[in-house]
Amino acid sequence: MTWETVIGLETHVELATRSKIFCPCTTQFGGQPNTHCCPVCAGLPGALPVLNEKVLEFAVKAGLALNCQIARYSAFDRKNYFYPDLPKAYQISQLYLPIARDGRVELHTSGGDSAVRIHEIHMEEDAGKLVHDPWIDQTRADYNRCGVPLIEIVTEPDFRTADQVIAYLEKLKETLQYLGVSDCKMQEGSLRCDVNLSVRPLGSDELGTRTEMKNLNSFKAIARAIAYEAGRQIRLLGAGGQVAQETRRWDEDREVTCPMRSKEEARDYRYFPEPDLPPVRLGEDYVAALRAARPELAAEKRARYQADYGLSPYDCRMITSDPALARLFEALVELGAPAKQGANWIMGEVLAALSARGMEPGDMKLPPAALTRIIALVEEGRINRNTGVQVFEAVFDGDGDVDAYVREHGLEQVGDTGLVAAAVERALAAHPRSVADFQAGREKALGFLVGQVMRELKGRADPKLVNDLLRRALGVPGAGKAVEKPPQL
Amino acid sequence: MEPINAWLVDELARLSRLSLPEEERRAMTAQLKRIVDYMDILGRLDTAGIEPLSHEAPVGNVLRPDVVEPSLDRGELLANAPAQDGEMFLTPRSVE
Ligand SMILES: [Zn+2]
Repeated sequence: MTWETVIGLETHVELATRSKIFCPCTTQFGGQPNTHCCPVCAGLPGALPVLNEKVLEFAVKAGLALNCQIARYSAFDRKNYFYPDLPKAYQISQLYLPIARDGRVELHTSGGDSAVRIHEIHMEEDAGKLVHDPWIDQTRADYNRCGVPLIEIVTEPDFRTADQVIAYLEKLKETLQYLGVSDCKMQEGSLRCDVNLSVRPLGSDELGTRTEMKNLNSFKAIARAIAYEAGRQIRLLGAGGQVAQETRRWDEDREVTCPMRSKEEARDYRYFPEPDLPPVRLGEDYVAALRAARPELAAEKRARYQADYGLSPYDCRMITSDPALARLFEALVELGAPAKQGANWIMGEVLAALSARGMEPGDMKLPPAALTRIIALVEEGRINRNTGVQVFEAVFDGDGDVDAYVREHGLEQVGDTGLVAAAVERALAAHPRSVADFQAGREKALGFLVGQVMRELKGRADPKLVNDLLRRALGVPGAGKAVEKPPQL
Repeated sequence: MEPINAWLVDELARLSRLSLPEEERRAMTAQLKRIVDYMDILGRLDTAGIEPLSHEAPVGNVLRPDVVEPSLDRGELLANAPAQDGEMFLTPRSVE
């Protein structure tokens, strides 16, 4: 029998607000345990929640970007459960009247184009962190993450392949990052995805019994967990067994899913409307203003960069892989850097410098004006590209005046052709063996001679000029055209 | 809604980590049943054509600006916890 895999996703996204959803505690990641808490988020009796207006704005922006209907009237509900990661014994969420519904996301994969329907988006609060201490056989609770704002984006069971799931998540991540509503860092848990999966005979309209998979911390884990779980269910059904509706945990090390108990047993949600929070009514003007304020998203930027600057699809993809890189690129172009040069520096030196420091593009301090200046100096021939990289390293971590650095370190390129020619003459005189080798047809000898000249000039000569002068001095026909227009100091 | 019976009371007691002696369990079952039966009277009302009410107060859009204010001192936060170790709240074993 041929089986079809049917997948739906529930994605939790942490919103990039400064304060929590219902209280003014900070949302900053980390911090000493239980130091980002107050009576509201620690669930002390009598404390009252008040909705953060930025949470509402971010949820509506996400809803609009995912082509949802925005609810003009929405409200919060209590999801009751007995588990100490939320000290109130309930989570404030939205069940009956979520903020957004009926969205749609178009996907392009190697398997073809498809679309996924968004069932709904709701706002809710995050829970705290529990760690079991085997020494005292007790569970320790840190409530710093309690009340950090989340939106949960629930799709219809419209995915058929892991590729579609990954394409959706990549698009979701990119969209939310460009909207500025979340940084979507999977490793810090600001984007978390639960996968609902069932299988059925191909051609069947009925849905099979599904399992829900949790603890998926990377796109790779998601793809592997989908492959594993679909295989497990197919084997089970093929052998005449049944799939149990349950929550399963992805075990990253063993690459298997296994049933997850503790929190499941605590399920007894008994939702009811949250009496402590009044409903939210949105006017047409509010929604229209947010719709109009939508920034240019990554796909639109890629299309524009290709059309306006003639960049390749690959280059466009690289420089839009993070909103901070796209911002840098646009700033460089605005300041007058040639687009292709700007893109090359971002894809080369900028990404390398970030990865060498283990930094995210968003934390970059490099002033666009500094990189623009470096690009200009290289273009004008006043420093060579290697020197440019040296200057780049010096100014990457913050302030630093490019021109002052070049001046103070005497990096300006030797533009005087006479000076370079003199160094060439000296190199030829000092290394007759290499000259003979070159004339005997060994190209490699030229590289050695270029190196000697560059060393004498402390790396400040234009390598191309040195090359041309050497070839001319060695009597290579056609050499020396580049020196007709020597770079100006 | 699920009918109140001995099984459900046991289940709720287990989830809330309460141990109910037999006598209290019987009393609790009877009392919870009375409360739920009382609420069931509302179910007899004809609510066709009536908008569901999600909040009793005629207010809406109570919002606060996204501004961070200092959190509570940790000592103060933990002060009333039945069990704590100066850093964390302690609970009976609840994770696997
Ligand atoms: Zn708080």
